[in-house]
Amino acid sequence: MSSDMESIMRNARLELTEEEKRRMGKELTEILEFFSKISEVDVEGTEPSFQPVPIKGVLREDEPKEGLTQKEALANCASTKDGFIKGPRI
Amino acid sequence: MITASNYINHLRTEGDIFRNTQKIMEECEKINSEYKYFNCISKDMALEQAEELAEYQNPRKRKSSLKNKESDASRTEKKLFGLSVSVKDCLCVKGIESRAGSKILSGYKPLFNATAVERLIDAGAVVIGKTSQDEFGFGSFNINMGKGFEVPLNPLDIRRVCGGSSGGGAGITRKLSYPHLAVVESTGGSISCPAAFCGVAGITPTYGQVSRYGIIDYASSLDKIGLMSKEVSTLATGLGVIAGRDEKDSTSSEREVDDYESYIKKDVKKLKIGIISDTIGEGSAEYVREAIANAVSKLESFGVQSQKISLPMTSKYGLPTYYIISTAEASTNLAKYCGLRYGAQTQIMPQQNYNEYFTKVRTDNLGREAKRRIILGTYVRMAGYRDHYYLHAMKVRTKIIEEYKRQFKHFDLLLSPTMPLIAPKMKEAEELTPIQNYMMDIMTVGPNLAGLPHMSVTAGYEKGMPIGMQLIGNHFDEKKVLQAGNVVHNP
Repeated sequence: MSSDMESIMRNARLELTEEEKRRMGKELTEILEFFSKISEVDVEGTEPSFQPVPIKGVLREDEPKEGLTQKEALANCASTKDGFIKGPRI
Repeated sequence: MITASNYINHLRTEGDIFRNTQKIMEECEKINSEYKYFNCISKDMALEQAEELAEYQNPRKRKSSLKNKESDASRTEKKLFGLSVSVKDCLCVKGIESRAGSKILSGYKPLFNATAVERLIDAGAVVIGKTSQDEFGFGSFNINMGKGFEVPLNPLDIRRVCGGSSGGGAGITRKLSYPHLAVVESTGGSISCPAAFCGVAGITPTYGQVSRYGIIDYASSLDKIGLMSKEVSTLATGLGVIAGRDEKDSTSSEREVDDYESYIKKDVKKLKIGIISDTIGEGSAEYVREAIANAVSKLESFGVQSQKISLPMTSKYGLPTYYIISTAEASTNLAKYCGLRYGAQTQIMPQQNYNEYFTKVRTDNLGREAKRRIILGTYVRMAGYRDHYYLHAMKVRTKIIEEYKRQFKHFDLLLSPTMPLIAPKMKEAEELTPIQNYMMDIMTVGPNLAGLPHMSVTAGYEKGMPIGMQLIGNHFDEKKVLQAGNVVHNP
């Protein structure tokens, strides 16, 4: 885990201090060991349940519907310019 | 204490709903100053809703153009006329700051109501505020607070925790002197646990029974909206209002909603209940085992038949399976919080690129447990680990569901304690390691993973603190859960 930590943090867009990395690293090792318990279960021939109840694909008619106005879409945004969201440089 | 049903009838016919709501809001402010159950009290909204409802009572004062006949029909159809309702902070309420207990959503005011909230308002409920929770639902004690949030105190003993993650909802339901319905949410036990620790009844419906539209998601295959109240009958009425197909949530069930209120009154004598023996061994405190035995005797005195059963797969592997799936799903759901479109936003520095900006906002605004779960979830989904953890857990989940289904061929309901102990003291809870925290969910993760309806009711008391008992039903069989729970619940 500790060797993967840097890559996970980059992926998750999170930064930890050295102290946090050290402490969390220990906790995570213990948790992952606990997670690994499930490998005791033989799942040969078992399908995964991505949902707990069967859910069939539901489609609606392909008809345009009203959505948010531009003003509504930007209502909670602090940084806007000319009706667009203003963000950092790419 | 007046029953919710008599209270609603009184408000519907002759009560001064505006004055009543004012008094409720005053009491909420007073309670909140000590107990911290609310992240936001919505006084203006509540009084506005009360004013609108008052129009239905007095045609002469009516400002709208409703005809007498229509307004009378609407008033009697409004099953929750004037009942105060609190909403867990992770459910959207239009125009009211909704943060899921996290600093990263500071200032976010949704443009819409969650469907469950919308249906309750249409039924005459008055929304009094957003209740406290662990950040994004990440906790079993309501002590994993987002930055800047305060821990709510147990309504029966302020030295103890409320339970999580719907601690605020449980606390205000118990503490408020008026009948109350709390709209809450469960992913791994976040309704059952605080209901048990605060001594209220809390129902978690079948996954898909209530629309998830408007939840600030924790884990999309596990999140369910549910309810808490002092009386089981109020849960039955409330569930009838919020359940049912919603076009805005394609995972919501098309199944017709049962008449829960009629089931509450039915005789329980033909019900067969399986007692989950794995939950009443040494892992539970003796006083918990005693309370469960007394509750079973009570059910048997009403003619219920019971038998001990075992769920070895669920008992041994339910916890790691739940935490792998929920952290994996949470890590993707929380990826949307990046400080751009809503919520906490920080100054964009001139040379900063997108990734640096996102990292800064997320690091500064997410709490420790949120970071821990994002890291765990990212790891178990990563290439090279996905099969071993995530995919394997999804297959173990299938086996857990199958284990429950085998039991439901023979039993109407299954029964266990809700929690292995009464609400711990704050200090004890804070000293637990993350893994010890996760272990607290041992009784509740099973039905949550399997999407089964379940309810916690109060089965007894120890040192003045409530002991919760959990009833689990088959998929979409909430009616029997409510029926049996109503017999046991000791408010």
